[in-house]
Amino acid sequence: MALLRNILIRLITTLVTLFGVAVIVFVVIRVVPGNPIAMMLPPGATDADIARLQAQYGFDKSIFEQFVIWLGGVVQGDFGQSISLRQPVAQLVLGRLPATLELSLMALLMAVLIGGTMALLGTLFRNTRTEGAVDVTAGMALSIPDFLWGLVLILLFGVLWPVFHISGRISPSLNIDFTTNFYLFEALVRLRFDVVADLIGHMFMPALALAIPLAAIIAQLLKQSLKETMHLDYVTLARTKGYGENHVILREALPNAVLPTLTLVGVQFTFLIGGTVIIERLFSYEGLGNMAIDAVINRDLPLIQGIVILFALLFTLVNLVVDMLYVVLNPRLRHA
Amino acid sequence: MSGFLSIRNLTVHLRGGGPILRAVTMDVAPGQVHGLVGESGAGKSMIGKAVLGTLPRALEITGGEIWLDGVDLLALAPAARRKQIGATAALIPQDPLTALNPGKRIGPQITRRLVDILGWRKSDAEARARDLLDEVHIPDPVRVMRSYPHELSGGMRQRILIASAFAAEPRLIIADEPTTALDVTVQKQILRLISDMQTRHGTALLFVTHDLGVVSKVCDTLSVLYAGKVVENARMRRFFMRPIHPYSAALLAATPIYTDPDRGLTPVPQTVIDAVEREVEHHDVRAGA
Repeated sequence: MALLRNILIRLITTLVTLFGVAVIVFVVIRVVPGNPIAMMLPPGATDADIARLQAQYGFDKSIFEQFVIWLGGVVQGDFGQSISLRQPVAQLVLGRLPATLELSLMALLMAVLIGGTMALLGTLFRNTRTEGAVDVTAGMALSIPDFLWGLVLILLFGVLWPVFHISGRISPSLNIDFTTNFYLFEALVRLRFDVVADLIGHMFMPALALAIPLAAIIAQLLKQSLKETMHLDYVTLARTKGYGENHVILREALPNAVLPTLTLVGVQFTFLIGGTVIIERLFSYEGLGNMAIDAVINRDLPLIQGIVILFALLFTLVNLVVDMLYVVLNPRLRHA
Repeated sequence: MSGFLSIRNLTVHLRGGGPILRAVTMDVAPGQVHGLVGESGAGKSMIGKAVLGTLPRALEITGGEIWLDGVDLLALAPAARRKQIGATAALIPQDPLTALNPGKRIGPQITRRLVDILGWRKSDAEARARDLLDEVHIPDPVRVMRSYPHELSGGMRQRILIASAFAAEPRLIIADEPTTALDVTVQKQILRLISDMQTRHGTALLFVTHDLGVVSKVCDTLSVLYAGKVVENARMRRFFMRPIHPYSAALLAATPIYTDPDRGLTPVPQTVIDAVEREVEHHDVRAGA
């Protein structure tokens, strides 16, 4: 019963949040300078032409009226028509979403692996030079933003030692027809490992660029909470039972130390998804973020709205997943 | 060696700092209860931690021997030492609220090491845990074994930790102020329980406490510690009749008597403290020379 109520509350909050986001985006992109219609017409178009197109897209109405019309469509799953691409926004956005999801999840996986390893090394060799090295590396990784890491990686693995693809999502020469846009997932399921290798070759650098700052945060936070946990009595007790250092860290301390990190990773992961906008542009990766930049450049208002709403929905979902994981991992919350 | 646990001239220093334990020598005979008393900061707990190999990393053992069941622990490699400790000794910790892993069920916390380290069959380990929980008067052991620590009271958790300490039939148990964190009404029961279990299982017990009253009830022998130095090793009866060291005598006189509340509190006289401080200084000078 309590669970059902929680889900219901959650659902309502999500809808309210999305509505708020929709209002803000809708108003802001109409208030800032830049006219979508002006972008569509050749120079020297007459005022009559402009007025005609404005009426066609409904831009002659008040913002409030436009919003009501747009919201009416959204409720029925119609996010309008993209001005620059002349296709339904929903179809465009959902077509690109899998690319961004795969990239973000790959980045998350990398961040957890790298950050987790660093934290464990720092704990295992605490108060030694290794811990110092972990701290310095994490500090450095954190103080450089993801897009700069992207440039560094391009220089290293794209120019000096060209092992990875520096642009795109997949090599056009590959002979495969996808039925979904989850290329990596589909290639894995279909056991096309040549395609998987190609996809990862494209994804590696943008994913790593996104992962490095998050990995640094995970390393620092997880190491800190591991260190605190290592002083607790139940860890000491495990030692007296004859368990070695590795067991004590991995089995006794880690499962409890992971909890505070998890909360932060949830928040940070949403920033990572936000970071895809620039990183996808940098690596010409055909995802949602790249499309978002084009949409902004073209003042493609319906498309911008659609992308922002989808990002907002994604962020809420990430938070939901984190909350659920937290309950699964923390027995003290399980009965609440 | 005269004891099951025999500590000879054990010296512990703060890394790059002063001494924490000063040439501690004491014995715990098989099946006997040895009290370790002293004020806060005297280093009582550090002796237990040194024996169990759980000293904080900031401390290091700089001299002496720790003989456990005829083996000098300090002469062993770390892995062998852990094994020897795990197989012969166990700890009853001070604070039952933090000594159980909050993320694991009670059952595995008792049985896992029996299976992992001592090679028991899982069913045997579980049966053993049930019997022990029964022995420490825990109602419905099967249900408790499926519970998480946060679902149980402090007294229950301390009983579980006691049961867990006895699980592998260790021959030495170190109880580090096992009742300090508990409610006064529960303290007495836990004390009696530890004492009963010790008698029944014939385990040697090193009982760390600041409470001489508790020592008088459960211990056979005791050591009095001041500033990391043993000022007196004694048999119980003799100690309470004729304490040899002036500090021991003062400590004994300072112990409140609950049946005589009018007597008030007698502090340890400053002259005695000055004398014992001088003694510690002399020791440091000799050790440094």
